[in-house]
Amino acid sequence: MSDTKPRKLKINILRYDPHIKGDEPHIDTFEIEEAPGMTLFIVLNDIREHHDASLKFDFVCRAGICGSCGMLINGKPGLACSTLTSRLPDEINLAPLPFFELIGDLSIYNGKWMRGMNERLETWIHHKEKELRDIDRIEEPMDPDLAEEIYELDRCIECGCCIAGCGTIQMNENFVGAVGLNKIARYRLDPRDERTDADYYELIGDENGVFGCMTLLGCEDVCPKKLPLQSKIAYMRRQMVKTGLNNNIRKCNCLQHEEKMPEH
Amino acid sequence: MSKLHHSRVPAYLDFLQSMSGLILALFIVGHILFEASILLGPDAMEKMTLFFEGYYFFGARYPIIITLLAAFIFALFILHAALAIRKIPSTYLQYKTFKTHKDRFRHEDTSLWMVQVVTGFAMFFLGSVHLYFMMVNPSKIGPYLSAQRVVEGWMWPLYLLLLFCVVLHAFVGLYRLALKWGWFEGKNYRTSRKIMKRLMRAGIAAYIVIGLASLGTYISIGLHLDETPAVKVDK
Repeated sequence: MSDTKPRKLKINILRYDPHIKGDEPHIDTFEIEEAPGMTLFIVLNDIREHHDASLKFDFVCRAGICGSCGMLINGKPGLACSTLTSRLPDEINLAPLPFFELIGDLSIYNGKWMRGMNERLETWIHHKEKELRDIDRIEEPMDPDLAEEIYELDRCIECGCCIAGCGTIQMNENFVGAVGLNKIARYRLDPRDERTDADYYELIGDENGVFGCMTLLGCEDVCPKKLPLQSKIAYMRRQMVKTGLNNNIRKCNCLQHEEKMPEH
Repeated sequence: MSKLHHSRVPAYLDFLQSMSGLILALFIVGHILFEASILLGPDAMEKMTLFFEGYYFFGARYPIIITLLAAFIFALFILHAALAIRKIPSTYLQYKTFKTHKDRFRHEDTSLWMVQVVTGFAMFFLGSVHLYFMMVNPSKIGPYLSAQRVVEGWMWPLYLLLLFCVVLHAFVGLYRLALKWGWFEGKNYRTSRKIMKRLMRAGIAAYIVIGLASLGTYISIGLHLDETPAVKVDK
């Protein structure tokens, strides 16, 4: 161990609870002594334990897999639990992820937005119903490389960092974001999902979908799971342009759905 | 699914924006180099002019070729502007929201997009003036005539601004295009991106230098036109 004194960290936290009447957004500053291997998770718990018990922030796993501790760390979206203070300057500014509904202080309701996105993009395996009913049926074997590739994209934890780093969604709040496009790329890879490119075009073939992406790549650069977002969005864009420019799309083999189209 | 038959138009718009941008950017990459033939001397530039007027193919000068080429580029330019304007912030609120995001995030590729917005907007005007002039005065291109236009015609301030705008816009655009469509991803797309960003920076630097040198040469010729009265351009 070195003899040098541990750093004094100055933690500035943007605080505001929309549920408290009369509360105004303000910055609270805390001084914390840095410890070896310290993460922002430890810092925030230290603050709550020793300085201010009313500080609101979210944590579940503290291992970078639950996706609840996304926040702006010196302006950049990231996970508090996997950010070491040793990689940050003496002064650290923390703010809640923008765009999502604010619960209070650093706590945001990203789950609500994610659920809406998942429902909108139907991020589940679409398989013919009768086959799904047969629970005794043995699952088709899958090529390990393909399984690996699907798993790679399935590692998304829906933390919302890609949304907070997205310039497009700043100007178009209906944009599905990298998280949504990555999910479509994931189901498109999966042979168990029977949807065709024409079906995916229905979901992301517009300016709220893949054509809205302006390739600013904030998502790619902040994703805490290092998902191949740039590459997968480019891939979906190529597929969707191919589909859109294909004259047969109007005869698409779309899946039937319950919703009735208006009669003409 | 709320709609069974989504419009195909968004796919066309996205494709056409990229393709028109690609052709325009490649045109600029060539255009600035051809223009820089003046750095090899007035004779080299004169030969370049003759080449583009079809002299070496048809045995005579046909400036109409320049008019047609300029008209084609102008059409592409308008198409590209019409498609790209969809992305430009159109209200103060949108602009402010994006700027706040950009300033807070301090992320290079996000900031570069603002560069594209600003240069693109400037070129609505700068590019139109230049293209229209070239379209209607195709025979007034040459080492001395161009120099005269630059100096006496007061085109140099416009060319100076246009040079910076077009070089930045074209190279940032080419970089973004490659990432957008996944071109040259190679084995590791992250490494490719770093290489492409270096190429983008090198391209911007090289073309600004070449462009400034050419413009400087035209200005220098233009300022000394009176001292070379023997020159007769139209043979």
